[in-house]
Amino acid sequence: MINKTEITQEALSILPPIMTANNVDVFYGKKQAISNVSLDIPENQITALIGPSGCGKSTFLRCFNRMNDTINICRVNGEIKFSGQDIYDPKVDVVALRSRIGMVFQKANPFPKSIFENVAYGPRIHGLAETKDDLESIVIQSLKRAGLYDEVSDRLSEPGTSLSGGQQQRLCIARAIAVDPQVILMDEPCSALDPIATAIIEDLMETMKEKYTIVIVTHSMQQAARVSQQTAFFHLGELVESGDTQAIFTNPIQERTQNYISGRIG
Amino acid sequence: MPDYILSTSNRMAKRHAREKRFKWYGRMAIFISIAFLVFMFSAIIFRGASAFQQTKIALDINFSEAIIDPSSSRDPELLKRANYKPIVLQSLSNVIPGITERRDRNRVYKLLSAGAVFDLGEQVAEEPNILGKSKKVWLLASSEVDLFMKGKIDPNISEDLRRLKDRDIKWIKILQSEGRIKKKFNTTLFSSGDSREPEMAGILGAAIGSFFSLLVCFLIAFPLGILTAVYLEEYAKKNFLTDFIEVNINNLAAVPSIVFGLLGLSIFLNFFNLPRSTPLVGGIVLSLMTLPTIIIASRSILRSIPQSIRDAALGLGASKTQTTFHHVVPLAMPGMLTGTILGMARALGETAPLLMIGMVAFIVDIPKGITDVATSLPVQIFLWADSPEKGFVERTSAAIIVLLAFLILMNLCAVYLRKRLERRW
Amino acid sequence: MSLPTENGLRRKNRSNQIKELVIQGVLIASSFVAILTTIGIVASLVFEAFRFFDKIPLTEFLFSLEWSPQTAIRADQVGASGKFGVIPLLAGTLLISFIAMLVATPLGLLSAVYLAEFAKAKTRDVVKPLLELLAGIPTVVYGFFAALVVAPIIRATGSGVGFDISSESALAAGLVMGIMLVPFISSLSDDVINAVPQALRDASFGMGATHEETVTKVVIPAATPGIIGSLLLAISRAIGETMIVVMAAGLAANLTLNPFEAVTTMTVQIVTLLTGDQEFDSAKTLAAFAIALFLLILTLGLNIIALRIVDKYKKKYA
Repeated sequence: MINKTEITQEALSILPPIMTANNVDVFYGKKQAISNVSLDIPENQITALIGPSGCGKSTFLRCFNRMNDTINICRVNGEIKFSGQDIYDPKVDVVALRSRIGMVFQKANPFPKSIFENVAYGPRIHGLAETKDDLESIVIQSLKRAGLYDEVSDRLSEPGTSLSGGQQQRLCIARAIAVDPQVILMDEPCSALDPIATAIIEDLMETMKEKYTIVIVTHSMQQAARVSQQTAFFHLGELVESGDTQAIFTNPIQERTQNYISGRIG
Repeated sequence: MPDYILSTSNRMAKRHAREKRFKWYGRMAIFISIAFLVFMFSAIIFRGASAFQQTKIALDINFSEAIIDPSSSRDPELLKRANYKPIVLQSLSNVIPGITERRDRNRVYKLLSAGAVFDLGEQVAEEPNILGKSKKVWLLASSEVDLFMKGKIDPNISEDLRRLKDRDIKWIKILQSEGRIKKKFNTTLFSSGDSREPEMAGILGAAIGSFFSLLVCFLIAFPLGILTAVYLEEYAKKNFLTDFIEVNINNLAAVPSIVFGLLGLSIFLNFFNLPRSTPLVGGIVLSLMTLPTIIIASRSILRSIPQSIRDAALGLGASKTQTTFHHVVPLAMPGMLTGTILGMARALGETAPLLMIGMVAFIVDIPKGITDVATSLPVQIFLWADSPEKGFVERTSAAIIVLLAFLILMNLCAVYLRKRLERRW
Repeated sequence: MSLPTENGLRRKNRSNQIKELVIQGVLIASSFVAILTTIGIVASLVFEAFRFFDKIPLTEFLFSLEWSPQTAIRADQVGASGKFGVIPLLAGTLLISFIAMLVATPLGLLSAVYLAEFAKAKTRDVVKPLLELLAGIPTVVYGFFAALVVAPIIRATGSGVGFDISSESALAAGLVMGIMLVPFISSLSDDVINAVPQALRDASFGMGATHEETVTKVVIPAATPGIIGSLLLAISRAIGETMIVVMAAGLAANLTLNPFEAVTTMTVQIVTLLTGDQEFDSAKTLAAFAIALFLLILTLGLNIIALRIVDKYKKKYA
């Protein structure tokens, strides 16, 4: 087996970041939720955003595909670039943007439709399949990539809500993959799952990163340490420290990071 | 690669266009509904506004004692019923020249309402001193004259198609030139009961009928509704009986209103022999209809009162009843009153059940109590809407305006009460 | 002042207990009024309807295609000369309700979707009370408007294009009733649309769906049971509505699907049979109770189904 850490560090230094955030502020009404955050997201890597609850990590994550737009009082300042294009530019079509940057939510939220229809939803709205066979192969491919196909292949027409919690979350991952995005944002995807289901999803992320860039928000430091190559620590709406995961957990520069990792903040 | 996210593709443009279209459908739907509302209101106001004025004709009446009270009895009843027609005719022929023939005299007399002489009688009975004197009096014009004065009769159409003939119009012109015919505020509308003659018809009787019905409705539905709500929210245990009561209440809320009328007819009129066509029975029927609304509203208010208030009272050793009636109910009262007013507003507009219990009769007298025969405002509207006389069209609209005004007033009361007394927990 | 004795306390306690019992009794008694009302309605309708079916067989009532209760029935030939088939009335009722729903469903649903999903809070604050105003207007006002304004407009439009439209047409009554039903559908549908969890919308937005796609492909399908419930409630209201049809629909029991003709409804016939001076025991007046029983079964049935569906739906997303 190849030494994982070596590749990671090499990749971090060589590949240009697929997304960059520069001096991002987020306001809810008059309240500032994020202040002056800058962060690069390296391609085909897993970046973990950690920090105590209410630190703004989820808010920051939702800036990457402009999900914050759906909240009326929310305002975002600063610049976020995706492949060099500022995504808050008025020319950018947020609908097209989100088809490139998918999202998986904290609580599994399958549509009240069949398993097949859940996965087929994205390709249908974006017109990715010309024929019925195309659509079917996209759905099967996506379910396979999400490691769910073997478990559900004989009951694709059953409602998505009939699956177990872990399966539902993988269905949501399959649904996100089906649109063929470049980046997948995950907002605490395992927080509602048992350890076994969590382990399955963590393994899945490991294989997914070959094809996708993943940004994951997690409240579990162990999870961040297990799955990510880059980690960013948020506290009170600020980015305290970011860098190589190993380095952050073994040798943090900032005192606040040290305190959080050792359990003194949280 | 980045152009992926710019809105350049044809497909994206189509999808966004579809969204825009969809939003327009929504706006159109709202616009149509509200436009209908505006259209209906303006049509009714347009038709009804003229009814707040009424044409009157001024005549110099010579209150000749020889004709009115030849026996000098000064008996008010006799004075009221005396024959005023010759006096009025005399005054008319003083103003309008050339009416000597009997046919002409009868015709010119028709310019005035049939009620004009009654008004004179009332006036004389009230102040008998006027006998023997002469005085300028404004008398009610007939409905046809009234419509003409309001521009609702076109004098240019063929004479055969209108009841007001050219000769009548010539006379009206004469009266006009002497300033003896004028539109004045329509007091009759607010001071009389129903009448076969549009110009003599008013809504006072119906309004008072409505008032008595609502009074009965309130006296029954308010206490019963609140007590039921208190029982279901505060006392009842979850069991078959409670469920059954609840199902009953929900179903009653969906029963067509006319069915409540049939209930009133067969139970209260035929079985209990309560007096027909009265606000008493009307009020009872309306109260049964309103009850579910009040119960449902009151329960949701009781539910919104925090448990901590009950716990505090119970903790001080208050009994269940003391807790409920000293602490919970007073706090819920504004909300429950609001719900009741809204229920009463619905009851005020209700027509169908009242038709079933005979509150649809032609009633001239103003009801004096809950056991007098009466109609109600909406029933009066229904009756007038059915009348063939053209003069009733504007009065129907006017009655609707008054009814809507009452409804808006009640709703504003409810809103005010809610705003004023609302507590946030 | 002396301290209360133990005996005194006990006596006070007992009197308190009696008071509690009495109050509870009063409360339970008030609650029974709802049950009594239901019993009263069912009993009176069933009792009179049975007396009607004594004179006219149930099969004639349910299956005869003719409705013509004679105006002058002599005492010695009660029920002999009238035809009491409920089908033409049912057909008229359904025709008008159908027209009403044809108007109310798109208007109500589109308004609800727009208000719940797209409108700004300020627009909502203005539009919602206006729509609710439509629900607060007495039906006699709608009836007057239908008969006096809408029917002549339809008639004039009809004769303009060479159609002969009766002055009391199913269309006028149906159109106006449709507008009356808009707020029922819109406010109930608004509730069920708002009950669809935000997570489903987020999922759809997160995949790059437009708001319209999210609404039509996710929100509305998820809310469908609740929306169907609200439509059923509206139909039940349309069937039981009286004043609009009494004033605008007419009395002729035509068995027709033509919306330009005059039709009559169950509620219209109840009113016609029972207003004016009638001998109470004649088949004519009793027929009104039979129709009313039929009407009650119809509306309550619809209502119970609708509430079931809505309840189930609410539990699903509770």
